[in-house]
Amino acid sequence: MTELLGIYNYWIYIILMMIGFYGVIAKMNLIKQAIALGLFQTGIFLFYISMAVVDGGTAPIWTTIGDGSVKALGPYDNPLPHVLILTAIVVSVSVLAVALAIIINIKRAYGTIEYDEIQRLEGDDDA
Amino acid sequence: MLDIQANLPVLVVVLPLLGGILTTFTGRGLLPWAWAVAVTGTTFALTLRLMATLLESGAPYISYELGNWPAWWGIEYRVDLLNAFILLVVAGVGFVTTLYARLSVRKEIPEDRHNFFYAVWILAITGLLGITVTGDAFNVYVLLEISSLTVYALIAMGKDADRRALTAALRYLILGSVGASFILLGIGYLMMVTGTLNMEDMHNQLLRMADLNEHRTVLVAFAFLVVGLSLKMALYPLHMWLPKAYTYAPSAVSALLAATATKVGVYMAFRFLFGIFGVGFSFYAMPSHLILLAMASLGIVFSSLSAIRQTNAKSLLAYSSVGQIGYIVAGFSLANPNGVAGSIVHIFNHAVTKGGMFMALGAVAYRVGGTDLRDLRGLGKKMPLTMAALALGGLGLIGMPLTAGFVSKWYLVKGAFDAGMWGLAVVVLFGSLLALVYVWRLIEAIYFQEPEGRSAEATEAPLSMLIPIWILIGMSLYFGVDATFTGETAMRAANGLLGGAP
Repeated sequence: MTELLGIYNYWIYIILMMIGFYGVIAKMNLIKQAIALGLFQTGIFLFYISMAVVDGGTAPIWTTIGDGSVKALGPYDNPLPHVLILTAIVVSVSVLAVALAIIINIKRAYGTIEYDEIQRLEGDDDA
Repeated sequence: MLDIQANLPVLVVVLPLLGGILTTFTGRGLLPWAWAVAVTGTTFALTLRLMATLLESGAPYISYELGNWPAWWGIEYRVDLLNAFILLVVAGVGFVTTLYARLSVRKEIPEDRHNFFYAVWILAITGLLGITVTGDAFNVYVLLEISSLTVYALIAMGKDADRRALTAALRYLILGSVGASFILLGIGYLMMVTGTLNMEDMHNQLLRMADLNEHRTVLVAFAFLVVGLSLKMALYPLHMWLPKAYTYAPSAVSALLAATATKVGVYMAFRFLFGIFGVGFSFYAMPSHLILLAMASLGIVFSSLSAIRQTNAKSLLAYSSVGQIGYIVAGFSLANPNGVAGSIVHIFNHAVTKGGMFMALGAVAYRVGGTDLRDLRGLGKKMPLTMAALALGGLGLIGMPLTAGFVSKWYLVKGAFDAGMWGLAVVVLFGSLLALVYVWRLIEAIYFQEPEGRSAEATEAPLSMLIPIWILIGMSLYFGVDATFTGETAMRAANGLLGGAP
């Protein structure tokens, strides 16, 4: 039990991701779908951040100590996943931006952002 | 002075990246297109030079360390025979479709957006080239998103011709982002186990693990990557985004996507399944070859059946593309030299064939105004050269002898026999039969019906479209007769992937 609680941030990542996944699949409103997609990706950010943790680790800061040599303040978290996820956050923001831009255009073209109504209108396009 | 030769691997990405961004400043008129032709043409020349350098050096690969950081710290670009070949295909088809795009884009996209269109167009090609050249797993994800985001935008630009382009683009965006997120997760889990992002380093670390086949983190990484990659390469039944996206995208975009986007997805699968996990894990320890073979076979049969039912020629070709991805996946899932070589050859053959066919349909859209099968009626008399290209491409899809499609199916069937998979050989032949049916629907409309309605007023496509169409279709014919270059390159690349001597 304590083992399961000890990795609670992984649970949060999975729960966040699944809420997002559910929203992407189940929501009819396109804006809600886009938000759910953002949530889905946020879950992954948390996963990357969690994996960087080192027991008792601090920020990866190196500093000059008394004798002039440069040393870390102590054991530090792996900074690489942090950097990676910074890139992924930028990507996720861009995805959201493109999604919203397309949704605005959908609203202009169809007059609605409800997926079921759009599908009905598209059925008319085919005829 | 910039040393082009030594920096070739990175220039293939940097040149179109900068060129693409600069396209936004080219204003209106002919300049955006001319600039795009110059950029993609130079990039194509660079990939040719890269291939020549690799072949001359005789080394198994060229390694390039970005910013002189050692490979395990920084990002390594690594070019071996496989990705040099794919780079050539992507850059080559990219260049030819750019040549073709001028009139098609002028008709389908308002002029004040041409500079943006060509900017994202070049950036999409950049992303695809980048995925192919890089040897760093995270870099793959970043470049994958560059190409995906630009492709969503390119598809959405079909909105002026048909508003359904918007919903198709959004659907692709959502499914594509979920797929890319799965790939990101898979890479994350791999990094947790191996502590590195360099593909070769990852592979070596995994090999060193004694309990690799039972290690749960590795298994999770594998599952995420297989699903994510399948989504990206539109493997049945994860292909739902593809048909509408290809149907409603602007004609030139359909041609570019059909020829390159899913193919690069398959290339990623090569790198992850063969390169990082290794053949032993992916295809012997895991039952993935059975799952992939089953999906591929189902894809060949069911998407060909869907293709037969389509009334729009572009959707017909789009469903056919899903089926052709089935052949490619079936080939590499066999994990034997003939199968993998068939897969690699088919990437090339299908790229030129389908690219040429979509461009021919783009010419129909340009002259007739639609690509419904009704719009194709009797065009054999009105646009003989375009329609001959379309028909010859169709024969290639069936896999008739003397077309490139025959060569790849030959390898595939040989690979299936080598693996003792008679069933797959039957599926491949049955798929060709189904292809015959849907290609026949095109041919019937083109040659056995009288021109009617819109198609009666059509005239032959302009030369600036015909030449690119015939370059690609001509290549599919040429490499159907003389497959020495493609066959040998693919065989050597396949042996390299399978761990034998290249």
